[in-house]
Amino acid sequence: MPPADHIAKPSLQVRNVTKFFGDLAALKDVTLGISCGESALLYGPNGAGKTTLMRMLASLARPSSGEVLFGGRNIEQDGASAKSAIGFVSHATFLYGELTVRENLKFFGSLFGLTHLEKRIDAALEMFDMREREDVFARDLSRGLQQRASLARAFLHNPDFVILDEPFTGLDHQSVKKLSDLLQRLPEQGKALLFSTHDFEQGAAIASRLIALKVGRVRYNGPLHSAPFERLGIVRASG
Amino acid sequence: MNSLKIIWSIVMKDLRVEWRNRETLASMCVFGLLIIFLFNFAFETAHEETLRLLPAVLWVAIAFAGVLGFNRAFASERENACMEGMTLAPVDPSMIFVGKMVANLLFLGIAEVVMAFAAALWFNFSFLPALGQLILIAFFGTLGYAALGTIFGAIAANTRMREVMLTVLQFPIAFWILIFSIDATGNAMRGNPDGNWLGGVGRVGGISLVFTVTSFLLFEYVLEE
Repeated sequence: MPPADHIAKPSLQVRNVTKFFGDLAALKDVTLGISCGESALLYGPNGAGKTTLMRMLASLARPSSGEVLFGGRNIEQDGASAKSAIGFVSHATFLYGELTVRENLKFFGSLFGLTHLEKRIDAALEMFDMREREDVFARDLSRGLQQRASLARAFLHNPDFVILDEPFTGLDHQSVKKLSDLLQRLPEQGKALLFSTHDFEQGAAIASRLIALKVGRVRYNGPLHSAPFERLGIVRASG
Repeated sequence: MNSLKIIWSIVMKDLRVEWRNRETLASMCVFGLLIIFLFNFAFETAHEETLRLLPAVLWVAIAFAGVLGFNRAFASERENACMEGMTLAPVDPSMIFVGKMVANLLFLGIAEVVMAFAAALWFNFSFLPALGQLILIAFFGTLGYAALGTIFGAIAANTRMREVMLTVLQFPIAFWILIFSIDATGNAMRGNPDGNWLGGVGRVGGISLVFTVTSFLLFEYVLEE
């Protein structure tokens, strides 16, 4: 296995992180990082620890031991800078059902202290084809549309680190294509992308790097094209 | 300045959500009115008995109506993990506490006005002679109670038996605010026979500020996993 930290100067890192839920270790001594200009696919079976790892990087969860670093500094000491730079999409949409899509974005934008908020909201809605539904209550949206609104919320503050947990959930074919195109362009814009999906080929079309997790441990962390797929138990469609 | 904007955003969001579903305030008012009506029906009080009974009746109604409101306050945050969504923003957790507490304070304050009107009518009693003092007592008592309701509401929201847990957690501590408030309200309604109205208000204000500041400082730990 290549060294976990083989890529130079990662800006968002976990170092020797272990996370317990009761007696169950969701992550075991994980060390890895991601830096701007990279796109990494976090891949593994259910219970591998993908969501826990992403929640930790987004500062929603604390490690039981080890540390999460942003720009070399412990995220607990400088949480505000990290949070300003991270956009996170989770299984939960983080949307208030009684607010419209625009009102939701306005609320979260105001928490980030964003200037030119209306313009940013327009751009985020445009990015995910939600302009026509901006005045619809979030509770009245389908799962796919809620996911698009959630993505708009995550991109609203133009984050440098985009962390997406199963971003394609509920999206129709056209939206998947559009999101894939958008994610592919992120590294060119100098942004870091870390995402998970159970459709390996879909993820491989976007990412240049693979982080394979299994039962809380990193099995592989390196360039996607040279990953030992057979050893990792990944069957590729193209053979 | 930025902190004020964040608090304002949270309060306005809660007011907007409440305006759309009209669940919290309506249930608080109805429940509070029901308690006052039941007590009025059970005890046909003469003036002296009203002076003895009404402060406790009012604060019991406020306490129970408050629990309903605090539970509802975190229902919308629980749905779709919105509280986590707020913590993704670079916001001091204590600002989230203040925003939620101010919204709770407003809802409970409105419910209190409705309950006080009903109590004045049903118990045939005028609060006007001591209105200033009563407003002060109600403000401080409600502030402390809303602060405790906000922090314990956030704790209970993450538990399985959240409706029960809030009452079980909050009441033993809120007991002191309620006792001091009932005592001060009774004194004010009797026209302060000991001539020291400030002492009662001071006790309610003091304990409420202690609980509010403590809740403010501890809220950060409540939001953690």
